[in-house]
Amino acid sequence: MLRYSLKRALSLVLSLAVASLVIFAVIEVAPGDPASFMLGVNAQEDTLAALRAELGLDVSKTERYFTWVAGMLQGDFGVSYTYRTPVSKMVADRMWVSLPLALYALALSTAIAFPAGIYAASRRGKAGDVAVMGATQLGVAVPNFWFAMMLVLVFAINLRWFNAGGFAGWDKGIWAGLHSLTLPAVALALPQAAILARVMRSALLDILGEDFMRTARAKGLTRRQALWRHGVRNALIPVLTIIGLQFSFLLAGSIIIEQVFYLPGLGRLVFQSISSRDLIVVESVVMLLVFAVIMVNFLVDLAYAAVDPRLRSRT
Amino acid sequence: MSRNLILGAALSSLVVLAALLSFVWTPYDHAALNIPAKLQTPGAQHWFGTDHFGRDMFSMIMVGARTSIAVALLAVGIGMSLGVPLGLTAAARKGSWLDELIMRGNDLVFAFPSLVIAILITAVFGAGAVNAIIAIGIFNIPVFARITRGAALSLWEREFIMAARVAGKGAARISAEHILPNVANLLIVQGTIQFSLGILAEAGLSYVGLGAQPPTPSWGRMLADAQTMVSFAPHLALIPGVAIILTVLGLNLMGDGLRDLLDPRIRVART
Repeated sequence: MLRYSLKRALSLVLSLAVASLVIFAVIEVAPGDPASFMLGVNAQEDTLAALRAELGLDVSKTERYFTWVAGMLQGDFGVSYTYRTPVSKMVADRMWVSLPLALYALALSTAIAFPAGIYAASRRGKAGDVAVMGATQLGVAVPNFWFAMMLVLVFAINLRWFNAGGFAGWDKGIWAGLHSLTLPAVALALPQAAILARVMRSALLDILGEDFMRTARAKGLTRRQALWRHGVRNALIPVLTIIGLQFSFLLAGSIIIEQVFYLPGLGRLVFQSISSRDLIVVESVVMLLVFAVIMVNFLVDLAYAAVDPRLRSRT
Repeated sequence: MSRNLILGAALSSLVVLAALLSFVWTPYDHAALNIPAKLQTPGAQHWFGTDHFGRDMFSMIMVGARTSIAVALLAVGIGMSLGVPLGLTAAARKGSWLDELIMRGNDLVFAFPSLVIAILITAVFGAGAVNAIIAIGIFNIPVFARITRGAALSLWEREFIMAARVAGKGAARISAEHILPNVANLLIVQGTIQFSLGILAEAGLSYVGLGAQPPTPSWGRMLADAQTMVSFAPHLALIPGVAIILTVLGLNLMGDGLRDLLDPRIRVART
């Protein structure tokens, strides 16, 4: 296990290094000089040079790359070209919306998918299974931002149970914060719940055909008891893998949902930064999202290998 | 043929036909402004109603289908044309440094969700349908590479491939002449799934302003325009949303149906 973990850790570091290089290289291709953009077309050359020096833009690209990476390792993402505040602070402020939103959506998605998948598998081929599978087929096809708009129409505009947008802030209390994030989380969770329910059903059906399930039935357990005691527990392995992978998709997906609900999260930050050409912020947020995906994949791999020893020798 | 396949093919064909028809006919000019007729609900004159500029929604949906299909299809094309050769090469050189390089490269590209790729590309080159195609296409590459490699690896162990090797055929020729035709069914099914995901991704990118730009109609853009009017003109959001759902549903059902039809193991299991 230790050898496998070290190998995966090395792969993680390499992936992060290459990803940072790709992101830096792509952003470097961007036309225009940030200093000219900040000071306008009438700026004096010496003022521009001073600002370039202040932003660290007057050194070679290689040096800038290593300065950027070294800074990130210490939690310093540089200074926003537009707001002149540390990017790390801007990102941290926005993370307090995006991260809880992704986690809330993940919890909802799991809470919907588990019972739905187990129910469908236990009623294989019957009306209940067909209904759940039909609903998941539809759930996968629904764009989450459109579903979000429909939720706003029904629950905010017509029923007035929730606000149509905005974030109350955690300083108003956990309940107020969660209340603001409920509709966005439901919208974000729906397609993921549909996918997860299908995975849960399929994993359970695979398990139900195994010899140990037949043995459990032969020993006198009812179908339901065998399903809960042995089936669900064994089906959890592939399902947990998918849950791990879904987290990174939810974090990236929250970027669009934040636009629907005008939430002050990473998504709005990145779009504001694109329009103001604040590329250092774009670069940092993209790196952070990619880091989250790579890190979650790494943890899922480790957890999977810990549960299933066959995997350690396979890779 | 399964019911899934028939229903899926019917829905998908309807959308494709609407898109093709829009090249020669739409009920109204999709770009023509008609302010006096703005925000009309669906009726005899305008089947899907009109938007805030009085543009005919039915015509916009027809032309929007063109954008969605074109973006998703080209993105699948990029994914297949790069991913399949990469997957075939990795399988042919299993265990070599080239296989490792391709697969680790795949993992890396997989770490960039299409939205993140689109953000990067847009930040540098600006928003547009072409950049959306590139973003979704890049995301498709590792999907096709992985599935091709996985399927090809098991084929490389089969007798008919051994026979081809004994006959003196090289890895590239075996991949092209024997492996590729045998993974084609799998690729068709995956292509259908990626096509439907491409439709969703295009709509999402256009919705946040990273996809097709006005005046090119796109379903995602129509939804973005509808957002502030959903309380008094819900049809502006309902109609493009339903168009996306039916298209994606149709493609997914078709993908399921094709898998059932083309995968001999499922056929055998059923009989």
